[in-house]
Amino acid sequence: MKKISDNINFAANNGLLDRRFILKAGLGIGGGLMSASALSSEGKDRLPWMKQPGMPMGQSGPSRYEEHIKREGVGSQPGTTGSGASRTPIEHLDGIITPSRLHFERHHSGIPDIDPAQHNLLIHGLVDRPLSFSMESLARYEHVSNIQFIECSGNSGAMISPKPLQRKASNLHGLVSCSEWGGVPLKILLDEAGIKPKGKWIVASGSDAAMMSRSVPLEKIMDDAIIATHQNGEPLRPSNGYPMRLFLPGWEGNACVKWLRTIKVTSGPSMTKDETSKYSDLRDDGIAELFTFPMGVKSVITSPSFSLNLAGPGIYQIKGIAWSGSGRIKNVELSADGGKTWAEALLDEHILPKALTRFRSAWKWDGAPATIMSRAIDEKGNVQPTREQWFVGRAKNTFYHFNAIQTWGVNTAGEINNVYL
Amino acid sequence: MFISKIMKIAVHIVVVLIAQNIFADDVFDGVSPELGVVISNDYIEQVDFVVMPSGDGLPKGSGDALAGKVLYNIHCMACHGPDAKGGINGDLAGGHGTISGPIPKKTVGSYWPYATIIFDYIRRAMPYQSPGTLSNNEVYALTAYILNLNGVIGEDELMTAKTLPITKMPNSEGFIWAYSPSK
Repeated sequence: MKKISDNINFAANNGLLDRRFILKAGLGIGGGLMSASALSSEGKDRLPWMKQPGMPMGQSGPSRYEEHIKREGVGSQPGTTGSGASRTPIEHLDGIITPSRLHFERHHSGIPDIDPAQHNLLIHGLVDRPLSFSMESLARYEHVSNIQFIECSGNSGAMISPKPLQRKASNLHGLVSCSEWGGVPLKILLDEAGIKPKGKWIVASGSDAAMMSRSVPLEKIMDDAIIATHQNGEPLRPSNGYPMRLFLPGWEGNACVKWLRTIKVTSGPSMTKDETSKYSDLRDDGIAELFTFPMGVKSVITSPSFSLNLAGPGIYQIKGIAWSGSGRIKNVELSADGGKTWAEALLDEHILPKALTRFRSAWKWDGAPATIMSRAIDEKGNVQPTREQWFVGRAKNTFYHFNAIQTWGVNTAGEINNVYL
Repeated sequence: MFISKIMKIAVHIVVVLIAQNIFADDVFDGVSPELGVVISNDYIEQVDFVVMPSGDGLPKGSGDALAGKVLYNIHCMACHGPDAKGGINGDLAGGHGTISGPIPKKTVGSYWPYATIIFDYIRRAMPYQSPGTLSNNEVYALTAYILNLNGVIGEDELMTAKTLPITKMPNSEGFIWAYSPSK
């Protein structure tokens, strides 16, 4: 019998298959995995868990066989437990939604245990009427809900290392997650308070112990900012700002202040510690750029990736995520020969603005060393840069907003390594 | 019979129009139910921690580096090290002149653009284990000590709501804005 793989068209060199190959191939394979364990007395087979009723309903949580899929790279500043980060295990996920329990974290003074009955949103400063909103009253306002990513601008910061660090995709690029965020457009609340003509920015402060604060231009706030109260259909998790957070689609995660309590309308930015000393982007001329809000166009192959080695020559599914703070992903290109030739990846149906987009492709690995990489292009024409291009004009040890192409090297043993070209 | 049917249709149309009016205009056009409760200036005073580079938001009070050093050694040294260097967490002093060099070393003194940020951040977030326990005079004193360790002010210079905003940081010219409004 002729095998499918004997008669296939390649879309780029070194085994990259046509992006529709997955669909075609799906018709011809599968269905061949039948268990052949001991037969029962009736001549039919039952696996152990088919021989008695299962667990009671109402149980939650993933299968115990998937318990290794958890937040990666959990770390905090010395002497603290709540001033650090944890990463989304992107190499183990599929689709575009990040399960809430696996959403990345970045906190500055731990996760507060907030009683929603004692929590109000306070709007003051350059407004006609300083106002307080309870959770109960916010629930009566117009709500919107959108699937959008949030990315820490420190994500992928380890990629500035002069030598490539051998870490999982999550540990390199896992400070990005994507959820359905629901809440109240902040514009409605600010209109109710009445912004005075001199009001041009807001300063948002959280009610964590560090009262994390960021200044955000009013233009963005009135465009698409929401007071998010829901994440993937349920109230926000405490680690994502319960009972409410600021959500700024496409903008760096740090500005999406969690555990939001106060919004002060101001004439300019407050120049908080986080927006000056931390989330500012130093150039090679010694000048630092403030307020580099939007996240750049980016993609990463999540599988195969470091630690997910190949079992031997044959057909594999390449998959990964792409996103842009400027809008929708237009396309993702893949290379298996270190960037000499490129083929277009197949994008999943949901290509939403400022959301993770899932890309896929089939790849026939011939057992020889290979170099696989992905390059995303968004609807505004922004192209994901190479590592070399990204460094141009930046100070050597600046790491915010790293969005360069990730390259995985495959050796003859099928081992995957993080490599620089 | 026929007329009553027309009436029924007419009533139906009117009901639909009213319903469309209520739902389309009042709910989906972003009209507020106006449930915000006006808050008093006294209450705002209690919850407003924002300090602007202009000094707006700074409270009354004062402190100098001599007083600040004593407080620093009690509340800050365990994490930030003696003289704000070499601790388990970030250095607050030193690194001057490195920002445009090959290995920029960002500290309060070498990098931060405004002295007001020091007051704002200490008052919000420090000491890490017990934020909110320092008086305004103590926050001014610690601010003065960090500035003094960086050679920005003398050890007996008093930091207040008036002097802090006009205290020029070494790297105050080192920043530009990447954001500009589209309008």
